Amino acid sequence: MSLWRTLLVAIAALGRTKARSLLTVLGVIIGVGAVIAMVSIGEGAKRKVAGTFQSMGTSTLVVSSGSSQSGGARGGAGSQPTLTWDDLEAIRELPEVAWAAPQLRSNQQVLSEGANWQTQVYGTQPEWFEIRDWEVTSGERLTAADVASARKVAVIGTTVVTNLFGDGADPVGETIRIGKVPFVITGVLAKKGTSAMGSDNDDVIVIPSSTFTTKVSGGGGKYLAGQILVAAADPERTAPAVRAIGELLRTRHRLRDGQDDDFSVRDLAAIAAAMQESTATITSLLAGVALVSLIVGGIGIMNIMLVSVTERTREIGLRMALGARPRDVLTQFLIEAIVLSVIGGLLGIAAGFGAATYMAKAFGFPMLIQTEIVALAVGVSAGVGVVFGVYPARKASLLEPISALRAE
Amino acid sequence: MTTPTIPVIETHGLWRTYGEGDTAVHALRGVDLTIEAGELVAIMGPSGSGKSTLLNVLGCLDRPTAGAYRLLGHDVARLSANELARIRNHTLGFVFQSYQLLPRTTALDNVILPMLYAGTPRRELAPRATAALRRVGLGDRLDHTPAKLSGGQQQRVAIARALVNEPAVILADEPTGNLDSTTTAEILALFQELHAEGITIILVTHEADVAAHATRVLVVKDGAIASDVRQTPRRARQERAA
Repeated sequence: MSLWRTLLVAIAALGRTKARSLLTVLGVIIGVGAVIAMVSIGEGAKRKVAGTFQSMGTSTLVVSSGSSQSGGARGGAGSQPTLTWDDLEAIRELPEVAWAAPQLRSNQQVLSEGANWQTQVYGTQPEWFEIRDWEVTSGERLTAADVASARKVAVIGTTVVTNLFGDGADPVGETIRIGKVPFVITGVLAKKGTSAMGSDNDDVIVIPSSTFTTKVSGGGGKYLAGQILVAAADPERTAPAVRAIGELLRTRHRLRDGQDDDFSVRDLAAIAAAMQESTATITSLLAGVALVSLIVGGIGIMNIMLVSVTERTREIGLRMALGARPRDVLTQFLIEAIVLSVIGGLLGIAAGFGAATYMAKAFGFPMLIQTEIVALAVGVSAGVGVVFGVYPARKASLLEPISALRAE
Repeated sequence: MTTPTIPVIETHGLWRTYGEGDTAVHALRGVDLTIEAGELVAIMGPSGSGKSTLLNVLGCLDRPTAGAYRLLGHDVARLSANELARIRNHTLGFVFQSYQLLPRTTALDNVILPMLYAGTPRRELAPRATAALRRVGLGDRLDHTPAKLSGGQQQRVAIARALVNEPAVILADEPTGNLDSTTTAEILALFQELHAEGITIILVTHEADVAAHATRVLVVKDGAIASDVRQTPRRARQERAA
């Protein structure tokens, strides 16, 4: 019998056993769908965490004043200012460092003509925008000249724009008051969304550090009352920069061997790596669940195939009595199994995509479907379907036709 | 079909044993049988006598444990599985007691089935199946599935299916076993018609009434032929819509 004719016979046979065909297809759908959905959720979660750290600038180092070590009681990081403005300049000179910028922070009440809002004000310098990898959507960033002449200019985040000027307004050129001091808005920051720690990145105002120390908050003296953000020269390898900054500051602060650092250098990349490692654990957990789904789905497919083909032993006997060769029987059941697997596989992929899309929307993950996973899931399900669809058919085709005909 | 000098069926010392050792059951114990072309043979015998086993072996649905079987001169023991399939498809036609039609499949498609395995060209499938169904008086039931047909009608579809590849021999195992007397008469009339057209027919039955319609009656007992009588067949009543 020709292959085309066998295909028609197989399809007719599938039509005769609709319920069983449906169950088999369902098994494949669940096996394939679950695996795709699980792995995609895991990957999405991993990628989301990575993305959040990307928004902070993963190659960023944060240098803070360390705790003083007086009489055993230790204050928190930054409680005792030890970093100086000269330290900042020295860090900028290091070859391992691309950019360094001060980050002075203060919570301030801010007023526009018609509204007021409490927000975080950062005093910093132009390099800060490079380190945070933060563009402006309107106006421009702070300039060196702004810092040099302590201009009363501000670059503001979108949350602040919304609260002071309304959603979508372009406030460049408008004046706001920080405390009692008027500032002209020269730029609006691009939207960054929620930070890794859950705070709103866009609820921020950025002003020159010189203006910050003279008009908003104190700290214009020798010491730098805040942190220094540093971008390593090699974003892939932050460790040399951490080591170089540590050595530089120990020398500058004249710390003896054995004496603790009076500063700290935090490596966001290292924190990000740790976070990603923990999400990777979750991903492999989900992959494990997916694997179990695949095995369960496979066993389901195997059961249905074994039962349905065994039940059809009489049909095989009849076909052989009417002149089917063993090969015709095998080809028919092979095609039936392939047709079911392909239909189930396609629907399973669709179901997996659907579930993954829904989850991605619900949890705000990026939607990630890996081709290898799809191939693995379909391959295993289809393979199981074909093997256990053909194996009993082969056994039946080797019987004398009368034994197959009389099988119960 | 066949030249008169070669018998359709020729067996020598045919044994069929199921199982081994102490539990072995000998369904056939050395059957010697020759059936010429154009005979209408009824095989009778009590249940368990081996009459169905004999029919299955003759029909290549089962293989003898020992002995020689020549079908149209071919030594069946030497044939491969594929050659046997070809013989079952081209030379033999089967009719079973329980009809053995594919469920949820129209009469037409059931009759087409053996032609699919014969490699009949596609354009000939439906016309030939239709002709076979007309021949058994079911020209108006082509699209009916077995569930919508009576027992007698289902058996006629089965006979049409057995006929469609124009076999030399039709083998029927208790073809009227599930049918009432009127329908039985119709089916027997059909067999006699086919016999009149030159087809060799072998049917197994336990009813003497049915056997009376044959040209030859074999009685099987304990796996061996106990009697072999040639007779003038009784004519079946022609009640079938012609």
